[in-house]
Amino acid sequence: MKIVVCVKQVPDSAATVVAENGQVSWGDAPLVINPWDEYAVEAALKTKEAHDGTVTVVSMGGENAKEALKHALAMGCNDAILISDPALEAVDTQGTAQVLAAAIKKIGEVDMAFFGRQAIDGDAGITPVQTARVLGWPALTLAATIDVEGDTVKVERSIEEGRQTVSAKLPAVFSLVKDYGEPRYPSFMGIRKASRAEIPVWSLADLGIEAPAAVVEWPQIINPPKKDVTCEIVEGGSPKEIAEALVDKILAEKVL
Amino acid sequence: MDFALTEEHRMVEKMVRNFAQKEVAPVIKEFDRKQEMAPFVLERMGELGILGICFPVRYGGQGMDYISLGLACEELEVVDTTLRVIMSVHVGLAGTTLLQWGTEEQKQKFLVPLARGEKIGCGAFTEPGAGSDVSNLRTHAKREGDSYVLNGEKMWISLATKADYAVVTVVTDPNAEKPSRRLSTFIVDLHSPGVTRGDIHGKLGVRAGSTGWINFQDVRVPAENMIGEEGEGFKVTMTAFDRGRYTVGAGATGIIRAALEASVRYANERTSFGQPISQHQLIQQKIARMAQDYEIARLLNLKVGWMLNQGLRNTLETSYAKKFATEASFKAADDAIQIHGAYGFSDEYDVERYLRNARGAIIYEGSSEIQTLIQAGYALGERKDKPLRCELPAYDADYWQAE
Ligand SMILES: Cc1cc2nc3c(=O)[nH]c(=O)nc-3n(C[C@H](O)[C@H](O)[C@H](O)COP(=O)(O)OP(=O)(O)OC[C@H]3O[C@@H](n4cnc5c(N)ncnc54)[C@H](O)[C@@H]3O)c2cc1C
Repeated sequence: MKIVVCVKQVPDSAATVVAENGQVSWGDAPLVINPWDEYAVEAALKTKEAHDGTVTVVSMGGENAKEALKHALAMGCNDAILISDPALEAVDTQGTAQVLAAAIKKIGEVDMAFFGRQAIDGDAGITPVQTARVLGWPALTLAATIDVEGDTVKVERSIEEGRQTVSAKLPAVFSLVKDYGEPRYPSFMGIRKASRAEIPVWSLADLGIEAPAAVVEWPQIINPPKKDVTCEIVEGGSPKEIAEALVDKILAEKVL
Repeated sequence: MDFALTEEHRMVEKMVRNFAQKEVAPVIKEFDRKQEMAPFVLERMGELGILGICFPVRYGGQGMDYISLGLACEELEVVDTTLRVIMSVHVGLAGTTLLQWGTEEQKQKFLVPLARGEKIGCGAFTEPGAGSDVSNLRTHAKREGDSYVLNGEKMWISLATKADYAVVTVVTDPNAEKPSRRLSTFIVDLHSPGVTRGDIHGKLGVRAGSTGWINFQDVRVPAENMIGEEGEGFKVTMTAFDRGRYTVGAGATGIIRAALEASVRYANERTSFGQPISQHQLIQQKIARMAQDYEIARLLNLKVGWMLNQGLRNTLETSYAKKFATEASFKAADDAIQIHGAYGFSDEYDVERYLRNARGAIIYEGSSEIQTLIQAGYALGERKDKPLRCELPAYDADYWQAE
């Protein structure tokens, strides 16, 4: 079983992200592996353990994306590849999908490609399906369970209405949700291995593709309007009184 | 000179932080109130390898260095002191003492299960009648054939009711000329007949931990369980304290950080006289002091970690780090309560727990008074490090990590 898991390095969810001079900025907040991708790594590792395989973790990004890769290596992935090229700076999800698909092809004989459901920076959530489309593979998104038998895979999708069971032939693309189960921590042995790993860097030339042109542009980036919140504690002698006072206030404020 | 942590160190920090924040932080208040240790803590720390972090892989450990040990202690104590106490006694007092003084057989028999987290270790030195004055212990052991027979009581022992093995220092030669030669140290299986133990309740702090007493009544300990030689117990105990103190100092650094983070958060939210209280200079003064003390405490402790890695004796530097960090952590917690006003006085916020937890470390593992005596002794030239029969091995990544 040959598994690829794609991860992205993103600003920490605790970072304050603001628009500054038309650019997105998160100050000096630390970058971390996209939290959703940790579920994808967990799923990749569990599948590898159950079916005797290897997991290659792939990231497209700058030099700092190596940290996300090393985190995945420390969790137990076998090897890592960074795809980095100056021509990829302004790439959109469609371009990312072309690059990742090219990498998956170059790795060769991949059975399963795992993704997190979305990245917490761009929040587009479509890179997995776009990659599947470029590869011509089925996309099994929002996976909460994954069962492989021979060349068939059965997935329970966690969707708003409930659970949906779908199946497909491998190779296939998967995107993972939290229901899959908590990602493991890196082990100390994994940390030792990861901190020593030399991660190969592939350029567009290595992948044999041209820089994909972005079809989505970001013409304007602005901060959300400031919310003016005031807090008022509703007092009263009994829960009933408090509730009544609260209802009056809500009506007076025309919230309802 | 290089002040940078390695990538490996930063990954260790993050891993231990994630464990403590995700699994322990959400429930710590509940267990602190109940005065009980969260039942999963020892098992999880064992599974994750934290209990064996700095031991060679060949002895069941994870092969990381002594700096990693200190960083782990800091991350654990940011969440709760009781987590770090586990490291102080299991790794500091028990494990590294075996690594330094143990025979190969003792390492195989006792260090391996401790490092794997399959067994829990503690260090039992203090007694109802003697703490600082180690050479005046009363618990004694008499040789009978192939064993020693232990009698006496140890008190204020962390993990007394949780541990499987204790490193215990007792009197073996009451008539020795030098008081320090009276003592010998053993590793004792606490499941042996004649051992009874219990926890002490009503403590000011470390309430989510176990601190208790261990009574020995005619407990037979095989002679091969002696750590070091007969009469060497004082020296063995002092080196155990060097390591315990390092973990205490590194941990206290975590309380300073936690107090600082809580204070910054609250001071930016709370307003008085028309502005966030963080804009009042007197509040800024407290915050600046915490930030500065954190930096100092961290540098002092990292230096000890580095010295341990180099195989350098570090009694004096460890004393500086332990005394400074523990006292600064108490001050930081106190100031954090002040910044939180009345809310800081209630357990709705964490800062009152920081204060209660910080207090103990100014007493245990060598009180501040004892640290002062040590420091004065070196400064006045009255105290000098003499070579030991067994030194703690310097960290050697290849040796540590070989299977
Ligand atoms: C939470 C907690 C956990 C502990 N865990 C352990 C453990 O795991 N293992 C263990 O063995 N012990 C443990 N202890 C005990 C601790 O190490 C002792 O309390 C400490 O060594 C001090 O000893 P004592 O309490 O007997 O005080 P004493 O030695 O009686 O000292 C009383 C006071 O006199 C001062 N003093 C003593 N001698 C001098 C001097 N020469 N000059 C000036 N002042 C002096 C001391 O600093 C102190 O202020 C723990 C204690 C606590 C509170």
